[in-house]
Amino acid sequence: MSATRVPVVEKILSANDAIAAEIRAQFDAAGAVALNLMASPGAGKTSLVERTIAHFKGECPVAMINGDTSEAAFDAERSQRAGAFSVHINTGGKCHLEAAMVRDALRHLDLTQTRLVLIENVGNLVCPSSWKLGAHFNVLIASVPEGDDKPYKYPKMYAGVDVLVINKIDLLPYTDFRMEYFRRGVETLNSGLVSFALSCRTGEGLEAWFEWLRSHLRPLGARMAGEQ
Amino acid sequence: MHELSITESLLEIVLRHADGRRVVSVNLLIGELSTFVDESIEMYWNEISKGTAAEGARLKFRREAGALFCLDCQREFSIHTPEFLCPACGSARSRLARGQDCYVESIEVEEGSP
Repeated sequence: MSATRVPVVEKILSANDAIAAEIRAQFDAAGAVALNLMASPGAGKTSLVERTIAHFKGECPVAMINGDTSEAAFDAERSQRAGAFSVHINTGGKCHLEAAMVRDALRHLDLTQTRLVLIENVGNLVCPSSWKLGAHFNVLIASVPEGDDKPYKYPKMYAGVDVLVINKIDLLPYTDFRMEYFRRGVETLNSGLVSFALSCRTGEGLEAWFEWLRSHLRPLGARMAGEQ
Repeated sequence: MHELSITESLLEIVLRHADGRRVVSVNLLIGELSTFVDESIEMYWNEISKGTAAEGARLKFRREAGALFCLDCQREFSIHTPEFLCPACGSARSRLARGQDCYVESIEVEEGSP
């Protein structure tokens, strides 16, 4: 019996990508814009989520999907207090969210009630970058205290995102963070990346982030018009 | 801690393309930046392929090194180069060239097997 070579050439995560495409279609049909927020633990994902919810809740209800490695739903509770309706996903120890988990979470959210969906990924600079979730924008939140060498050490994460937020710029005077050096690493990996330097604590720079986000929100009537 | 998901996807792809035939080996291309670890994939593979047409199939890994491309002298160099400075011309202007791919290239199957 002889062996035959069968060409395959299929991405290993193609099944996840297919589910991500379904999720994207669900968001689009509902007229909602979704962000996949990724960062290392402590970079300020939940702080940015809180600020964003508080800013937008007057003009549009915000939905929040929170991924964590345990049942502890602190972050989901923080966003609920800030005014979002939220779902907590316990990844059961997994280091990242996968499209199938988001698909399950969406069964608990009425997308017609929102125009903005924030998906807070598990705090980790390595694994989440490999799994697409169907979000329109993959957002990386870096923070000043992490150090300016992170693009050089985590190239995959920096290469794969659509938007970069640099949080905690209020701490710049107290650290050796070289913004030029940091930005050069980012430019090498992801040329022309949209980025926002801000502080969730002081509020500095947040307005530009809100404005960018608002420019991507679809008008409330968009969904109806699309169906006619 | 994420190689189980990857290995499950891998097994699904392999069994679909094998279409019932016995699988001898699987040729994988894993980019250095892909965050996937060979040993962990192998460990899960040996477990979850049991009882399937791919049981005992060898995983053959081809690694693709992470590389940057210098915009000034047009040479490629390793992503591990300190500060991403081109070793040939010293330029700080480079772009990510390779190392992100991650796919199943081909499989070897036994013809005539059930």
